[in-house]
Amino acid sequence: MTIISKALLVMAVLGLAACNNPDRYGAGGAGGTALPSGTGGTGIDTSGLGDPNNPASVAYFNQTIGDRVLFAVDQSNLSDGARGVLAGQARWLQTNADYAVIIEGHADEQGTREYNLALGARRASAVQNYLISQGIAAGRLRTVSYGKERPLEICSDEACYSQNRRAVTVLSVGAGA
Amino acid sequence: MTLIRTLVAALVLGLAGASLTTAAPLRIVIDEGVIEPMPFAVPDFIAETGGAEDYARNIARVVAADLAGTGLFREIGSGAYISGVSSFDAPVAYNDWQAINAQALITGAVQASGDRIVVKFRVFDIFSGQQLGEGLQFAGTPQSWRRMAHKVADAVYSRITGEGGYFDSRVVYVAESGPKNQRLKRLAVMDYDGANIQYLTDSRSIVLAPRFSPNGDRILFTSYASGFPRIYVMDVGSLGVRALDEQPGTMTFAPRFSPDGGTVVFSLEQGGNSDIYALDIGSGALRQLTNAPSIETGPSYSPDGARIVFESDRSGTQQLYIMAAGGGEARRVSNGAGRYGTPVWSPRGDLIAFTKQNEGRFHIGVMRVEGDEERLLTASFLDEGPTWAPNGRVIMFTRETAGAGGQAGLYSVDISGRNLRQITTEGAASDPAWSPLLP
Repeated sequence: MTIISKALLVMAVLGLAACNNPDRYGAGGAGGTALPSGTGGTGIDTSGLGDPNNPASVAYFNQTIGDRVLFAVDQSNLSDGARGVLAGQARWLQTNADYAVIIEGHADEQGTREYNLALGARRASAVQNYLISQGIAAGRLRTVSYGKERPLEICSDEACYSQNRRAVTVLSVGAGA
Repeated sequence: MTLIRTLVAALVLGLAGASLTTAAPLRIVIDEGVIEPMPFAVPDFIAETGGAEDYARNIARVVAADLAGTGLFREIGSGAYISGVSSFDAPVAYNDWQAINAQALITGAVQASGDRIVVKFRVFDIFSGQQLGEGLQFAGTPQSWRRMAHKVADAVYSRITGEGGYFDSRVVYVAESGPKNQRLKRLAVMDYDGANIQYLTDSRSIVLAPRFSPNGDRILFTSYASGFPRIYVMDVGSLGVRALDEQPGTMTFAPRFSPDGGTVVFSLEQGGNSDIYALDIGSGALRQLTNAPSIETGPSYSPDGARIVFESDRSGTQQLYIMAAGGGEARRVSNGAGRYGTPVWSPRGDLIAFTKQNEGRFHIGVMRVEGDEERLLTASFLDEGPTWAPNGRVIMFTRETAGAGGQAGLYSVDISGRNLRQITTEGAASDPAWSPLLP
């Protein structure tokens, strides 16, 4: 990625001001605040998942296209398999242009907290860059790192760790470019 | 456990094994060597007014717990006493205390009147037959009785070890609840010993890694309140919170104050790359201190503010580096096997505490600033995030257990690797950060 395209990307991301809080993990589900005596939202986000047989549905994207890619220990490079999944995501996003995307980067628990935040950001960014390389407008893509804060699997073995070292492409409706 | 090279505190008592009448001053020198904890007695303080009885008893108990909790002292229970203490100014029956081998005796008294209590104490060197330092008194509100007990214990600890105390201090941390994949986190603060827990935020957003300002008036932390990790500052008095000044980039994290409290050094991530920046709080001026495609995080100032230790994986794995506070060339200081992260400069300036990962285990360790004399103090499935006691002699950290039911807790260990203890909290806890000694 050139410096110019990186700069454009940063500007585009900053321009995506209308984007909602992407936190799928807050105590109430969304829209939380850590600030004392702050008021959160209703705690419930409603969005349709659609018919998994409908290729334009979120369910189809998540399940059939595949909404996530996995990484090796302490790595953020994309495997050939991951590139295949992301190419499919890019084709789907080209067809379904109303969707914007938050890419979540995650790490397994074998690492210190702040390093894992940085590592999760690297992973999310690798996915973001690949989707851009496949023609997706940078303005549709944001990233967020959860480090080791939100494991998917909770055992302390490689079987779980391998599923937790992931980047997940989360669709949101209506905020697209 | 060969990895753990225990350095231990030496009890140097000039009088140990010598005659009971020639007496060097009562002294524990915290240094290398194996020690026997120094036996001491703390009879219930004398209640000098009605209504002071509970304080008199409880303060003596907290003083005893503080001292025994260091591992350097051992309390002699009241069941062994030959004579008691009838009044604060009564002569001390040295022979009776010598007979039960109490080397230090702490006596005290409490007066309570309305919204004020006064706590007095004296320390006696039993085998020298004399008082150690002058008697002192503290006055405060009844609610602050534990703090006054900690101040008594700090004074005793200082007189006997020659080191600064650390008992009258607080720890900010992250209180955790819920299952591992839906962990709820909120900021909390407690006394160093786990008493007086106060929650500072709710748990609607993930919060991480709080840090006190050098005088304890503010707390930096990272929160997902906006949906993205970002640094906030809390005023400890009002609990008011504001975001650190707006930064370009996707995520800001790993903040820490400069020793003068005027600058925050932190990591800022853009396009997947994390570098270290410094923000002057007064002027809002932002300065980039590192510029590398690798992960740079975990910055911590030296006590004189001249240098910053941080972690970077520029060599391929996490290692520790030191640079000037203004940035520029960095010198690698970690040299052992494995990965090193979360460096924290000791308040005394002599050591750097860190987390080390090696062969599937986590350790808390210390090394000299030059990178030599590395000592690993702990080992477990997951130990991380050391924070220094105000006197630079004790480290608190997070230990998390393995598996689906794994939980985090707070532990402390002294810099010799001795005296590993869990701090009792309400529920799981992580990311402790020690305050300075309270005024």
